[in-house]
Formats: sequence, structure tokens, C-alpha cells
Amino acid sequence: MNSIEQKKYWKENLKYLAILLSIWFLVSYVFGILLVDELNTIRLGGFKLGFWFAQQGSIYVFVILIFVYIRLMNRLDKKYNVNE
Amino acid sequence: MDIQTWTWILVGITFTLYIGIAIWSRASSTGEFYVAGKGVHPIANGLATAADWMSAASFISMAGIISFGGYDGSVYLMGWTGGYVLLALLLAPYLRKFGKFTVPDFIGDRYYSNKARIVAVLCALLVSFTYVAGQMQGVGIVFSRFLEVDRTTGVIIGMIIVLFYAVLGGMKGITYTQVAQYCVLIFAFMVPAIFISIQMTGNPIPQIGFGSSGTDGVYLLDKLDGLHRDLGFHEYTTGSKSKVDVFFITAALMVGTAGLPHVIVRFFTVKKVSDARKSAGWALLFIAILYTTAPAIALFSRTNLIETVSNKPYDEMPQWFKKWETTELIEFTDKNDDGIIQYVANKETNELNVNRDIMVLANPEIAGLPNWVIALVAAGGLAAALSTAAGLLLVISSSVSHDIIKKIVNPTISDKGELVAARLSAVVAVCVAGYFGVNPPGFVAAVVALAFGLAAASFFPAIVLGIFYKKMNKEGAIAGMVVGILLMLFYMLKFKFGVFDGGKTAVEGLKKDWWFGISPEGFGTVAMIVNFMVSIVISKFTPAPPKEVQEIVDHIRIPSGAGDATH
Repeated sequence: MNSIEQKKYWKENLKYLAILLSIWFLVSYVFGILLVDELNTIRLGGFKLGFWFAQQGSIYVFVILIFVYIRLMNRLDKKYNVNE
Repeated sequence: MDIQTWTWILVGITFTLYIGIAIWSRASSTGEFYVAGKGVHPIANGLATAADWMSAASFISMAGIISFGGYDGSVYLMGWTGGYVLLALLLAPYLRKFGKFTVPDFIGDRYYSNKARIVAVLCALLVSFTYVAGQMQGVGIVFSRFLEVDRTTGVIIGMIIVLFYAVLGGMKGITYTQVAQYCVLIFAFMVPAIFISIQMTGNPIPQIGFGSSGTDGVYLLDKLDGLHRDLGFHEYTTGSKSKVDVFFITAALMVGTAGLPHVIVRFFTVKKVSDARKSAGWALLFIAILYTTAPAIALFSRTNLIETVSNKPYDEMPQWFKKWETTELIEFTDKNDDGIIQYVANKETNELNVNRDIMVLANPEIAGLPNWVIALVAAGGLAAALSTAAGLLLVISSSVSHDIIKKIVNPTISDKGELVAARLSAVVAVCVAGYFGVNPPGFVAAVVALAFGLAAASFFPAIVLGIFYKKMNKEGAIAGMVVGILLMLFYMLKFKFGVFDGGKTAVEGLKKDWWFGISPEGFGTVAMIVNFMVSIVISKFTPAPPKEVQEIVDHIRIPSGAGDATH
């Protein structure tokens, strides 16, 4: 792998990280903490939505985020032929 | 059969299992001792990481903390799971590619400096020792409450078990026992939760029961909010902590989780980079099962507790109430002599004190579940405490034998010699941990929570910058770690222990002086930010790292070619 390819690979990786970490920040810090009172006016069955994000929803999203990351990176590794 | 007999049977079976696994998976080289020969399957590693991570505190205390704190308890739920996203995306794959044995290994090599290595070793020892003392204490508590042996004997039994499989098997033995321990602890946690969820909501899945209604058709959360309002407590679904503090505590716990050496080192045990990513995903999935159930248990047990005791005559209390009274986890003082329990927020008139640990320990009894389920909780608590203790002990022993003896004191030591040193340091570490388990210094509980702040303030920035900022040099990294950890220690001593203002009694009065209104638990985030800033500023004014080091950084960013672990 030459250094131009390597830079391209790294750039795509950073792009994925930026997107996934924004979602990570959104569901926990924004929905679960900063906007919790506003979201609590919306209901999800027996839950207030903000409370649900803080105690359930954010955790589900975290799990999904890592599995999405695994898929994206496996594809990226294949594309640049750095998979094993 | 009574609870006592059931408990002995279940604890006996699980302990035999752990010892059996240890004998089957003995370590024969340092590679096996430190990182299980780098051949662990990602799902097995995910299971082991989950058990490694979920300590006595997660198993015994967390649901109780949430039960009493309501929304405030969310910091632990988000903090202790969100850190895995950081681990998976920012650390695990790169550290695995780097291919060494320990976290100080990475710091020492990446920052081409034994000084950096020593700073990292000291941070690792400080974090791990404070944490392991808490685990041994947890072992003692479970033994004394469920088996009526005294605490010292309980801790010694726990020490012997851990000693056996950690010393014999090293990381290899620990990994496979942790897989078994995860199964034991999750079973022990879920069975009572499912039973209670069915009892209270008719739904067997606690995560759904959490948002369902009880037999009277009212949503449980709304009902509990109402009960809390009536008794003067703050509403369950809204918090009492300031938003700033909740934000910073959550961040400190997340970053601290990603910086804990005993968690990071688990990702060194898999075969390739993509497996490191996969195990982070599996680990979080297995952790999430417990972490999404805990808040449901918190709700169920809080509602159960209030409905059972509030405004009821003391003489009509069920048997579990009396039993836990003798252990002083429940204390009733009839202040107005009316024979009725007033459980209210107002400290002047409140007559009942309930220890939060009871929410998990006594929950099955409160719900009237069969004896074998009650006994299961003891086996689960022990599995949680022992698995975490073993992981920490391995970090301590490898810090001594590998980072100090092999890398600094005697680089010519043979593999066999290093293995002996590793085993000996594990023995010493178990004894020290056991000593603190028997004679817990008053500050253990407080310090365990702060171990996250220390990890966040020291390791996390040094590792992340080492991977993502090629120009980061040793001057910047060392200055950042030293400033970060000292700042954290200072804030902790000042506001948690009141050292500079006349001791523990001053702590309450110092709250108004918290910087930006941030508690010591959340200060790790500030110290981490300071660490980042100091590192970057200093690196701008000092020489860039040598070319070979920059090449290492290029090398770890590409997944292919992660060979076996090397010294």
C-alpha cells in the first residue's frame, strides 16, 4: 500500500468516526442530558422520552453503533485490501 | 431446602468450575500469561471483557443507586456503556495492531521514553490497586451476608480461588474463567428480574416491563413519580443533580472506562485487528443486557419497597425486613412512637434508613421468590467480584514483571524467568488486595468511583493522541499525563476528602466552591481536557518525534499485518 492510498484509507476512517461519534454524542449528551426536559414532554408508552434515552435508548444505540462500525470498517479494509 | 444450603451448593459448584477451567488452561509462556497467546475468539473475548468489566459494584450496587437516585443514576448507565464506543472506535483496533502486552508498553514505545513508561506504570498501579481493593471487599460482603462466615474468612476464600487461577493460568486462565463467570452472573441477575417483571407487569422482558403498567392499569413510572411526590422525594424520572454535573460525570465515566488498563488489555488477546473491533461490539452487547435490566430492577424494587413499608405498622413487616434489620442494612427508629413506619424525604421525621445494596441483594426475598433464586444472587455477586479482581491483578502483575523488571530493570531476563516474576508478583498483589479487603480503609468506596477520573485524566489523552496525532512527542505526553493526574488528585483530596480544609467534615461546606459546579466524580473530564491542552501546547514547542516513531503511527493505522505479540 503506497502512502497516497494510506492517506485515503485514513481519511475515510476519520469520516466514519466523525459520523458515528456525532450520533454517540447526540443520543447520550443531547437527548439524555441537555434536552432531557424538552423530550420528557413526549411519551413513549409508559416512558417519558428523555428519561428513556438516558436509561435505555442510548445504550441500544451504542451497541448498534459499534456493529455498524465493524461492518463499515470490514468493507473499507476490503476496498483497500488491508483485511486479513 | 433452605437458602443457606442452596447458597453453599451453588457457590460450591461455581467455584469448582472456575478451578477446573484454571487447570485446563494453564499458561506456559509469557505470551500466554499476559495476553492468552493472542488466540481468543472475539465472542469469547466479548464475554470475558463483559465479566472483567462488570464488577461487584455493577452487580450489587448499581441498581440500588439508580433506585434511590432515579434519573440521576443515568450517569452510570450511559457512562459505563458509552465508553465502549470510544474503546471500539478510538483505541482497541490500533492498540491490537501495535501488538504488545500492556498499556505502559504502548506509552513507553510510542513516546520513545522510559520516563513515559514509568509514569504509565504508576498510573496503572494506582488505578488498579484502588479498584481491586473494592472487589475483595465485595467478596467479603457477599460471604458474610449470605453464608454467615465472617468477612475475613470470606476474603481469604476468595483470595485462594483468585490466586489459584490467576497465578496458574495468567490471562489464558482468567479469560476462560471469565467466560464462565459471565454466564453465572448474567443468569443470577436476569432470573430474579424476569420473575419480578412478570409479577408486577405480566411481561417477562424487564426492559419492556419497565415501561408498562401494573395490575391497576397505571404506568409504573407514573405511579412511582406520584409516590415520590407524596413522600417528599424528588420525582423519580427527573433529576436532582445539576445538568452541568450530570454531563461531566457521564463524560468522566465514559472516558475513564475507555482508559482502564484492565479493560484495554483484553483487546490485546485476539488474533487480528478486525477481531478487536468485533470483541468490543460483543462485549458491549453482553454488558447492555445487564445495564438495560438494572434500571428496570431499580424501578420494580423501589415501588415494591415503598408499597411494603410506607405507613404500615412495624409489627406487620414481612420476615425479610427483620432479617436485613439484623445486618443493619435496614434501620427503623420509631421517632413518634406510633408503631407505624414513616418513610419520607424529610430527615427530621423519616424513620427508616435503607442501604442501597439491599435493592439487589434482598430483591428476590422482597418479591417472595423461591429459595434457589435467592441463593443465585450470592453466586452471581461472587462471580462479578472475582472476575474483575482477577483482571486487575493481572494488570498489576504484568506491570511489575513486564514493564518494570523486563523493560527497565533487567532486559536480559529469560522468558521463563519473566514468567516466574509474573507469577510471584501476582501472589504479592493478591495478598495486598486481600489485606485491603479485610481492613478496608474508609476511602475505598470513594476512591473506586474516582479511579475512573484518574484513568480519564491520565491514559486516555496519551493513547488517543499517540494514535491520531502523529506529531505528539514525549515531552507533550509526559507533561499532559503528569499535569492531568496531579490536577485530578488535587481536586479529589480537596473536595472529596477535605484534606486542605480540616478533613472529612469540611467536605459538605466545600460544595459551593466546586469549580464550575462540577463534583469530584465529574472532574476527570476537566482534568482530561487539561491533559489534552497541555500535551498539544508543549508538543508545539518541543522537537517532533523521531522518524521511526512516526512510522510506528502509520503502521498501527493500517489493520493488516498484525502478527503475534512481540516483546
